[in-house]
Amino acid sequence: MGEMEQLRKEAESLKDQITAARKAVQDTTLQEAAAGITVVGRVQLKTRKTLRGHLAKIYAMHWAVDANLCVSASQDGKLIVWDTITTNKVNAIPLKSSWVMTCAYAPSGNLVACGGLDNMCSIYNLKGKDGNVKVMRELAAHTGYLSCCRFLSDSEIITSSGDCTCVLWDIETGTQKTVFAGHQGDCMSLAVSPDFKFFISGACDFTAKLWDIREGVCRQTFGGHESDINAIGFFPNGNAVITGSDDATCKLYDLRADQELITYQDSSIMCGVTSLAPSLSGRLILAGYDDFNVNIWDSLKSERVCWQVMTTE
Amino acid sequence: MPVINVDELTDKDKAVMELNQRKLEVKLERWLTSKCCEEMKDYIQERVEEDTLVKGISEEKNPFKEKGGCIIC
Repeated sequence: MGEMEQLRKEAESLKDQITAARKAVQDTTLQEAAAGITVVGRVQLKTRKTLRGHLAKIYAMHWAVDANLCVSASQDGKLIVWDTITTNKVNAIPLKSSWVMTCAYAPSGNLVACGGLDNMCSIYNLKGKDGNVKVMRELAAHTGYLSCCRFLSDSEIITSSGDCTCVLWDIETGTQKTVFAGHQGDCMSLAVSPDFKFFISGACDFTAKLWDIREGVCRQTFGGHESDINAIGFFPNGNAVITGSDDATCKLYDLRADQELITYQDSSIMCGVTSLAPSLSGRLILAGYDDFNVNIWDSLKSERVCWQVMTTE
Repeated sequence: MPVINVDELTDKDKAVMELNQRKLEVKLERWLTSKCCEEMKDYIQERVEEDTLVKGISEEKNPFKEKGGCIIC
């Protein structure tokens, strides 16, 4: 097939050009630039609250904007909205499908969403007139599992799916506004930029992509991981992306340099990363691993920060 | 905004999409990594004092603190 061969050759050549262009602006590494900075000292953690109530594995959770409430999704078939200060359950929402993989809290606090092996994203109104929480919309069109969802507002939500696409939905009409296609493997995770203009997706094709929400196009693609990307997040300033992969590493990519600045890895860590989040300033990156551990990384040094849990009762 | 039906894309369609994507990406203007690193360091330094996980927080200011006994006025 001469045509496919031709297309592949051209794509390879462009890939080499991109690699060269990235190398051309690489006048330092983050480790060199941060050489004069001391590693963060020991972090002391204390378990403050334990939210009990789910009866099976909890697959996902998402904070509300007020950082007091949060929502969690469990394969016991429930979404629970928690008041984390009192540990009270504000809502316990029974789901039609118990195979839930993700949940999200709308910035307004009015809605929550979830989805999973039912291939749908279900939107629930927490502030219904009669006080009951009901399904408001069922967003159905994905041909694969729903891996992640994030609200832009009460009228728009972005989903990522095992069908290799991400979709921007109009919640009111329940229709797809934009399909973001380009990944060549299941999309596992997504995160929206602080200014709501972009989102990033991590996939089983080992790449992360930056998408322009309004234009509907992929602006940048970041490679380097050697296995599925399971978790993705923005650095707090919105100018860098953090990814966590089955290859046991996390990576930080800068959007303006269009390349990886640092990899967070240790030869003693051999299992995949399943979740991650930066601290407020971005100095720490917390990552959850398949061996049930959390590692805390000094983001500038690629060194694990020692931490201890202070025992309470 | 036209909605792509991903199931209807052939291998050739996907190869063309990938090629077009690379054509877009090769044109990106890229910053020097030194500039990016400096900005990142500055951003962190400006905010690290307020970063509870790094610096800790006093028990009084902690919203998750253990509640004390009742106070009857």
